[in-house]
Amino acid sequence: MKKKLLAMLLATAMVCSLTACGGDSAGNTNVGTTDDGAADDGATDNNVAADDGAAGNDTAADNGDSAGSATTGSSLLTGTLKLGVIGPLTGGAALYGNAVDNGASIAVDEINALSGDFTIELNAQDDEHDAEKSVNAYNNLKDWNAQAIIGCVTTTPCVAVASEAYADRMFMLTPSASATSVTEGNDNVFQLCFSDPNQGSASAQYISDNGLAQKVAIIYNNSDAYSTGIYQTFQNAADSLGMDVVSVTTFTDDTANDFSVQLTEAQNAGADLVFLPIYYTPASLIMQQAASMSYDVTFFGVDGMDGILSLEGFDTSLAEGVMLLTPFSADATDDMTVSFVNKYQSGNGEVPSQFAADGYDCAYAIYAALSYYADKNGGYNVDGVSYQDLCEILISVFSDPSFSVDGITGESMTWTAAGEVNKAPKAVVIENGVYVGL
Amino acid sequence: MKKLSKSARGSFINYGIVLVFFLIFQIMLSMGKLSSSFSGQLIPICTYVIMALSLNLVVGISGELSLGHAGFMSVGAFSGVIAAACMQNSVEASWIRLILAIVIGAAFAAVAGAVIGVPVLRLRGDYLAIVTLAFGEIIKNVLNCLYIGVDSHGLHISMKDANALGMEADGITIINGPMGALGIKKISTFASAVILILIVLFIIQNLVNSRSGRAIKSIRDNRIAAEACGINVMKYKMMAFVVSAAMAGAAGALYALNYSTVVPKKFDFNTSILILVFVVLGGIGNLRGSMIAAAVLTVLPEMLRQFQDYRMLVYAIVLILVMILTNNRKAKDMLGRMKAGIFGKIDHRRQTNE
Amino acid sequence: MVINMLNYLINGISLGSVYAIIALGYTMVYGIAKMLNFAHGDVIMVGGYISFCATSYLGWPVIPSVLLSIFVCTILGIMIERLAYKPLRMATSLAVLITAIGVSYFLQNAALLIWTSNPKAFPNMVTLPPLVIGELQISSVAMVTIIACIVIMVVLTLFTNKTKLGKAMRAVSEDKDAAQLMGINVDATISLTFAIGSGLAAIAGVLLCSAYPTLMPTTGAMPGIKAFTAAVFGGIGSIPGAMLGGILLGIIEIFGKAYISTQLSDAIVFSVLILILLVKPTGLLGKKINEKV
Repeated sequence: MKKKLLAMLLATAMVCSLTACGGDSAGNTNVGTTDDGAADDGATDNNVAADDGAAGNDTAADNGDSAGSATTGSSLLTGTLKLGVIGPLTGGAALYGNAVDNGASIAVDEINALSGDFTIELNAQDDEHDAEKSVNAYNNLKDWNAQAIIGCVTTTPCVAVASEAYADRMFMLTPSASATSVTEGNDNVFQLCFSDPNQGSASAQYISDNGLAQKVAIIYNNSDAYSTGIYQTFQNAADSLGMDVVSVTTFTDDTANDFSVQLTEAQNAGADLVFLPIYYTPASLIMQQAASMSYDVTFFGVDGMDGILSLEGFDTSLAEGVMLLTPFSADATDDMTVSFVNKYQSGNGEVPSQFAADGYDCAYAIYAALSYYADKNGGYNVDGVSYQDLCEILISVFSDPSFSVDGITGESMTWTAAGEVNKAPKAVVIENGVYVGL
Repeated sequence: MKKLSKSARGSFINYGIVLVFFLIFQIMLSMGKLSSSFSGQLIPICTYVIMALSLNLVVGISGELSLGHAGFMSVGAFSGVIAAACMQNSVEASWIRLILAIVIGAAFAAVAGAVIGVPVLRLRGDYLAIVTLAFGEIIKNVLNCLYIGVDSHGLHISMKDANALGMEADGITIINGPMGALGIKKISTFASAVILILIVLFIIQNLVNSRSGRAIKSIRDNRIAAEACGINVMKYKMMAFVVSAAMAGAAGALYALNYSTVVPKKFDFNTSILILVFVVLGGIGNLRGSMIAAAVLTVLPEMLRQFQDYRMLVYAIVLILVMILTNNRKAKDMLGRMKAGIFGKIDHRRQTNE
Repeated sequence: MVINMLNYLINGISLGSVYAIIALGYTMVYGIAKMLNFAHGDVIMVGGYISFCATSYLGWPVIPSVLLSIFVCTILGIMIERLAYKPLRMATSLAVLITAIGVSYFLQNAALLIWTSNPKAFPNMVTLPPLVIGELQISSVAMVTIIACIVIMVVLTLFTNKTKLGKAMRAVSEDKDAAQLMGINVDATISLTFAIGSGLAAIAGVLLCSAYPTLMPTTGAMPGIKAFTAAVFGGIGSIPGAMLGGILLGIIEIFGKAYISTQLSDAIVFSVLILILLVKPTGLLGKKINEKV
């Protein structure tokens, strides 16, 4: 038996040694979510953080409104906030959860380095993209005495947790759960991303306004809530705009490898634009297969398409001419985005996706809201504040129309009392392997 | 006579374990001693216990490998949710709604079990396993395309999309394709879950120790001999399969009504496998083992949260090690010796059972 | 119309040949060790990652990277067999099944830690021009997959029928105890089976990822289940059956999508499977099992 145990250990060691093969990205898989990681980074990032503050100051001065508190920080705010993150860190949807977690960690490191008086302690819990596990993760964070939640990353878990949090009075700011059912009836839940109806109808509006297509085909994932949600609102908007939708085909997570049938249908129907309300992984396959069929068509995506250019090993020439509505692009040249992208790349060895940016902005939005409250009330200490009290404070600040946040996923973001964010979607087109604003 | 009393004693011990489990946690819950993490898991634990018991009836007692048990849970969950949503305004007391939803969930799952059982149970071994897997996938795929709404005219059903329901303005979409059921009123309670476990235990234990149960076990042990003795093989296999499906449906309804949302994707192949793991780990045909394994393995991933990124890796290693330790003869002997060392005597009963 | 249909047929065959090549590994292991190796799909994923690393990070050419991938997967297969399955040689088949699932979880989560959750776009390993016949076009990957599939099937059939080791495998699959009495080293034979099965998985991984170039820790899971279905479809344990089952499954999937419904494509595939099994309970080419009384 001893021999067997030894063998087992050796096997584990051997599997671990395979990391060597992983190259640069392998060494950096560590997802630092605790204070220790923050302290390390903080030391080296001090300068950058200071720069950030300055950059923030500039934009705030430009805007000339109270949103300046978003990035300058308030000396009136003190204490340590316990902030929970819920998202899929393992399983098929792990890339989204990990991106949000990494993005939020960078924001927290920066905030902690700004002034010593206010710090955030971050704790990310895995929900495996499952409602049951997500409620478990939420309860786990409650036991940890979390005071507010960034999450959940994906829609279905978020709906399940939102109703628990609503009953408990815990504040939630979701980075990327875009369905309306997340905020519906839950006054404690706010979204940082566009809601599905927003995206679907905005896409239809954009295509129609700019006369991009006579005939539109749609390929969506009918086993995915996000994709189906956008499809439905797009279809509604297209009908009312009198757009000609000639082909609607679907796929499921289980059949997301061969798209020849869907593309052939679109081609036969004479579609000159294919709307893809799906994530970039299947989208990359669709583009590749369309190219091999010599089907030259414009693809139009939504925010899930962001990330396609940083897909490791992807031939970006296939994505040439792809249009998408996205709040964030890693190629933007403003100071905040550049600094974030640099930090993310050096910390995680990859280009941040929209999810990472959402996570980053979520942490800053909560920080900004607390600073705003502290400024208004001449000081505020978050130590030992119950999550119920903090929830009411954050709800009042977020639904305050004069409260706005400048983030990397949008300038002057404000929220409605229903929890939806107001920010302008940016339409971008991929030209020569980079996003170009339209 | 002695054997009968032994099985009866075993049955009462099982009821006792469930009741003690209930009392301990109910008292801790009312005293506020239980962490949120644990109290949130009580109903899922009960659901998985019922699922494990019901699958044990098929795998352990009837001896058929089923890889699609989550499909029945899914049917029960969605029919239960629809029933509860329809009764929202007409039935005042939530516990009556819960009972009716569970009964309806069980009934629909039983029908699904009967429909599937007729073709499936003609097959054997791994072929039967793959067909149950196929049915689980079919149910998931169909539910992903199912849209159901209710308005003043009654139920509307569509297989296309939510717009095709054609509802009046007051209509509510109950089931919205891959988004599943949204806005479920949570009416499951810990007490009701425990009562359901007791009912399920009662049914299985009485079935197993009845004439029919002996017929089912005889088919498992030797189908040809049983057939030669005049036992109607198809009838008894169907009996076990349909009863098991109904229980899974009841568990599904209980589970779905504990969350504000439930999606078809939840009840996939992985969930079926998870339940099978409970049954195999607890001991095939061993009801008590199934219950304990289901409870422990549901809590285990939560206990492993401190391992962070390595959590599921640790879970996998624990699973493999436990399977090896409980099924390898050498490992078993060693465990036996360790026990003997600790307690100073050899457990003779165990040795002779081997 | 006809052109469309032929195109669908070709796409179906190329999808099916990917399933077939995975199914060959499944059926091989099942035939000899009588176990459903649910970790097979994940060995495929490991194979894909190894050759991805070799070409993208180390800059290796295609052939050596595929060979490296075969080598690593073979070692991995033997290791899995020794550590996880061998201690359970005497246990029930269900216990082995659950252990295989444990191994599958282990490989997926280890891959998640090693290669992170971000998908990788697999480089195209087959850079030949597509075959064009009139309006029809067959991609080079599909050609290579189909050819590889046929070659592997023929070699495996010859190996199990003609060579001494192959005969030993068949003997072990018939009756372990009797084979042992005849002087066959049962443990070594089963290890060899796993080695071959896992080596095939590496090739399948490279071809799967070349045809559908995204690579994630969960990449192998669904093709694994589909291939398992294909293996049963063709009659599990039968090598030509796995090939036939895989290709038919691919064709049914594509035709179902094209002519019935894209939404219900999974339901269609599995319904056809059930119908076939009702007519032929041991699959298309499966051996009829005579029950001993």
